[in-house]
Amino acid sequence: MGLTDGVGRGTLKGLAYLGGLAQLGGRAAYATFVPAAKARRVRPTRAIHQAMAVGVEAIPILSLITFFIGVIMALQGAYELRQFGAIQFVASAVAISITRELGPFITAIVVIGRSGSAFAAEIGTMKVTEEIDALETMALPPVPFLVAPKFLAMLIMMPCLSIWADFMGILGGLLFGVTSADFTVASYLAATRDALVMRDIVTGLIKAVMFGIVITAVGCYEGFSTGAGAEEVGRSTTAAVVKSIFLVTCVDLLFTALFYFTTEK
Amino acid sequence: MDDSSATTKHEPAISVRNLHVRYGATEVLHGISFDICAGETMVILGGSGSGKSTLLRTMVGLEKPSTGEIWIKGRNIDRLSEQEWDDLRKKMGMSFQGGALFGSMTVGENVALPLYEHTELEPSTVGIVVRMKLEQVGLAGFEDYMPSQLSGGMKKRAAVARALAMDPEILFFDEPSAGLDPIIAAGIDNLILKLKEAFRMTIVVVTHELASAFLIADRMVLIDKGKIVALGTKEELRASTQPRVRQFLDRVPEPEVSEELDYLQMLTEERPKGRA
Repeated sequence: MGLTDGVGRGTLKGLAYLGGLAQLGGRAAYATFVPAAKARRVRPTRAIHQAMAVGVEAIPILSLITFFIGVIMALQGAYELRQFGAIQFVASAVAISITRELGPFITAIVVIGRSGSAFAAEIGTMKVTEEIDALETMALPPVPFLVAPKFLAMLIMMPCLSIWADFMGILGGLLFGVTSADFTVASYLAATRDALVMRDIVTGLIKAVMFGIVITAVGCYEGFSTGAGAEEVGRSTTAAVVKSIFLVTCVDLLFTALFYFTTEK
Repeated sequence: MDDSSATTKHEPAISVRNLHVRYGATEVLHGISFDICAGETMVILGGSGSGKSTLLRTMVGLEKPSTGEIWIKGRNIDRLSEQEWDDLRKKMGMSFQGGALFGSMTVGENVALPLYEHTELEPSTVGIVVRMKLEQVGLAGFEDYMPSQLSGGMKKRAAVARALAMDPEILFFDEPSAGLDPIIAAGIDNLILKLKEAFRMTIVVVTHELASAFLIADRMVLIDKGKIVALGTKEELRASTQPRVRQFLDRVPEPEVSEELDYLQMLTEERPKGRA
């Protein structure tokens, strides 16, 4: 009886959590996109500030990581392909895996680690110091004030970072191709271009946007549900990162399957 | 700002009617009823866990009553639309226990925030208002300091300046002297007295500091374990003969538990969860 009880409770809690996320995401989207909902002069500045932190400042680390991932994918792919004398397909293997999957996904992981945790920590600390309460008493509802700028920044920056990640990943494959697989820069890039279809890039970008929504919602939701004390801020930051990684993977699975089953080829 | 308080001269600024508040399953306030008249300073006294902070938070809308009503300026706050609630909140200011200043903004930006968000004033005008408010609380020249650079007393003053930014009709203070040394605490008391005289605001203060309370209050209400134990003017409370009131005012500690059974019960009793 204990196991089914636990599973039942866990499921209900999980569904309630998703409901809470959806509610927060909905309110943030409303505040961002409905102009009547208290559009303020100050908001663009805050959104730009967030975009800098979420996007621009992530570029160095994201570039390095996706570059290395590109090299790794090329190495792994070439390892198999050369057994069949097909090493020239390394360029397309890297291109497709990076643009469809690894570019957006690794971008999401990096952004979770940097910004998902930062959102939870910032809002969690504000909750502990009563700054959230202060906003409410000043007739400044916290969701439009705190979450909407982050939401907007994330929606714009995730696809941009994802494109950049794609580029750096292909560059990594290029390094391998030119040094160990008899490619020239020109031939590698031509092979990459031939292998890629618009659909690969677009599906990657759609996934990136969805990942961004999840990361913002989870980070902010965990921040708002922080209890009292410094230990709680640590707990909610950790929870934000772990839950974001899990939910991003679920969304990835969902959309990848969706794209697969809706293709007629 | 506009003088709408003239029409509410005969009805109380704030009216608490049979208020019950619970945190989860625990009831923290058991039927609180009292009125606060426009322009008076009401001090809510009580020990730790008495429910006074919950009462204050419910009055400003941070907690919801489970039963009972709170009427502010003649309106039941439970029945207000979001827009009406926002309009009401713009006429109220709250100073939190730790200041609750926004750590990512300077003091000046903190005070300017409600002005930028709720008015159409030019930045230069906002700057003048900010300097005025900071000067009123004795922090002239500190606009560009970050909250982390301020001492405890200065943070509280800055919080008051922010609460005053929109020229509120009602000011709420949560433990204004808590954690401050006597000299700084006296400074805060003087600030409250100055606001009382200059602006004739309705002021609601939650505190357990007796010296401050008797200095600034017009009337006081003593809350103990979620119920009102005494309500009246300073003189009435000072002259009260009720044991609980006398215990609080005369700073008599809780009696030592001498009965063995009582002691055992105290050790094994379930502690209620949640804040009071």
